[in-house]
Amino acid sequence: MGPLRCVRTVLASFFGHRYGGAVGAELAGGKSCSIALATLLTLASPAAVHAFAPQDATAQTAMDTMAQRMQACALCHGKEGRATRAGYFPRIAGKPAGYLFNQLKNFQEGRRSNQTMNQFLLTMSDDYLHEIADYFAALDLPYPPAASSGLDAAQQGLAQSLALHGAPERKIPACVTCHGSQLAGRLPATPGLLSLPAFYLSGQLGAWRTNTRKAKAPDCMADIAKRLEPEEIDALAHWLSSQSLPAGTQPERASTQLLPLACGSAGR
Amino acid sequence: MRHSLAPRKRVFAMAGLMRLVGTAVALIALVTWLTLGDAAPIDPGLTAQAASAAAIERGAYLARAGNCRACHTVAGGAAFAGGVRIDTPFGAVVAPNITPDLRTGIGPWSAADFWRALHHGRGKNGRLLNPAFPYPSFTYVTREDSDALYAYLRSVPAVERPNDPSALRFPFNTQAALALWRALYFRPGELRPQPGQSTEWNRGRYLVLGLGHCSACHSERDALGGIHAEAEFAGGLMPDSKWYAPSLSSPGEAGVQAWPRNRVARLLKVGAADGATASGPMAEVVYASTQHLDDADLEAIASYLAWIPARDTERHDENQRASSDVMLRGGNVYSTHCAACHGKQGKGIDGIYPALAGNRAVTLARPNNLVQIIRHGGFAPTTAGNPRPFGMPPLGQVLDDDEIAAVSTFIRQSWGNSANPVTPLQVLHVR
Repeated sequence: MGPLRCVRTVLASFFGHRYGGAVGAELAGGKSCSIALATLLTLASPAAVHAFAPQDATAQTAMDTMAQRMQACALCHGKEGRATRAGYFPRIAGKPAGYLFNQLKNFQEGRRSNQTMNQFLLTMSDDYLHEIADYFAALDLPYPPAASSGLDAAQQGLAQSLALHGAPERKIPACVTCHGSQLAGRLPATPGLLSLPAFYLSGQLGAWRTNTRKAKAPDCMADIAKRLEPEEIDALAHWLSSQSLPAGTQPERASTQLLPLACGSAGR
Repeated sequence: MRHSLAPRKRVFAMAGLMRLVGTAVALIALVTWLTLGDAAPIDPGLTAQAASAAAIERGAYLARAGNCRACHTVAGGAAFAGGVRIDTPFGAVVAPNITPDLRTGIGPWSAADFWRALHHGRGKNGRLLNPAFPYPSFTYVTREDSDALYAYLRSVPAVERPNDPSALRFPFNTQAALALWRALYFRPGELRPQPGQSTEWNRGRYLVLGLGHCSACHSERDALGGIHAEAEFAGGLMPDSKWYAPSLSSPGEAGVQAWPRNRVARLLKVGAADGATASGPMAEVVYASTQHLDDADLEAIASYLAWIPARDTERHDENQRASSDVMLRGGNVYSTHCAACHGKQGKGIDGIYPALAGNRAVTLARPNNLVQIIRHGGFAPTTAGNPRPFGMPPLGQVLDDDEIAAVSTFIRQSWGNSANPVTPLQVLHVR
């Protein structure tokens, strides 16, 4: 190894990542250079090593939380699992734990399909899935304020009527019957519907119609989605998305009344 | 005489025809011989008598070691009822139902039929099986273990689920093609214990080369999907080309020649050990198979893997340097999306986020795995030793191919790491 390359190597070791790759390789090649470099590294490194170790231990302890573990979810589902109605991804914070666990299982076992979710859950135990569901269910965070639905009066009326009264002649129950009187969800496993992205809501109803989203049988929402007209789905999605909920709203307590349809997914 | 040839020409034509017929007959004879060649009668072994509970339990353990479910059980489907589709360069193969169902499963199979499938790669009526079923490895399974596996599979619930047809292209879907393939690449085999090696090493070799079928992924396959002796454990792309199974003979890839023995066993048991993490298809192997193996078997596997002769052919000093522009862009992406967990200097956080500096998983010649991890994120597998793993976000949601290429390149050429740059075209091809 010539003196020029040696100088370059030694300089490279000091001037960061851009030339870092060459260091190891050239170290192997030139003895005199490696001695010079080793000396410089020895001079430079003790402080770094000592600073690193305790810092790492502190970071480790500080990071040993469920919130840190769930950072992988935040990119899509928002910080603390509260994605807004913009975009596509649903808020998961404050949904009933039974609902969240069922969805995690649905993704794991292929009843729902999203490449990322399917892949993430392939190697996760039920214990951990329960812990994840419980963690997000327990997050009590405010909802974004109401927004304009962009619907005209007729569409708005249609959506509201379906949500509050259903269409009994077509065996479509009102959303509020199962999803709670405020549509904030109901324990143990029925999700809240408000302030979710409209794209997400219409996407889910569409997926039920085409059998690409399934729930434990009997799959009540598949039946309902297939009875709805496309324009009804569109109106409902935008109307539900535009609503808000007062801070601190919790899913309703479990109902003792019989549901209007048999639902495999309503129990945990 | 316009319809007859001159006598001289007729002789030539006859000779040509004879040669053609001769070649065809020889080919048919060869294929028939290859097809029937190893179809010798087989010791019936266990018949209808009930297998002992111990044999069933042992079979259940062996089914874990062989990870039979990985292919014979679809996500959310009944155990061993088949249906997993394996995409290969020759078309898709669908794993069959191996529950004891009489009509759609292997209910009518005897223990001898089952052994013939593992050892000879033949179905119930002697039909040649597609080597997507890794019988070049399973041929080494002993008759005793085969019978235990058979006993276990008789004990699982029978599920009626008709097999989906495979979608292999012509001629790969023919018995003749399989006969030729087998002539080139397959001989039924047996592993005799090597007296010069320890019992542990021999046990490890049996698990690695046999049921574990490690070489099915960790070897380089040729254009016909065969593995040559010198390519065994040299690393290879998975059949769907998404992930790369790194070389077990290269210390620069996944070779463990220089690792402490217990680190190998821990990685297979826990899914993560001292900064090494099982990801992608290997995470599935740890989750479904190796975490359930007992410590003695894991130590044995480690012992054999460490013995595999090192053949590091990588030339680190010949790597191209990335342009300063790419490094700058990659560095910016890294600061924004990666540094919070993996650290500005790529050191990670011990036991939580793996270091990227000096991490062989990011400097593999084939960048598939790095691109997959950046794009799709993921969690280490949950195991008894790591029940609550940390996760990595699917950055493909916010980064385009160009940015993924730049940050991959930055990681591969920073902090002493040295590997070729990753181009946006390579990122595009890794899906």
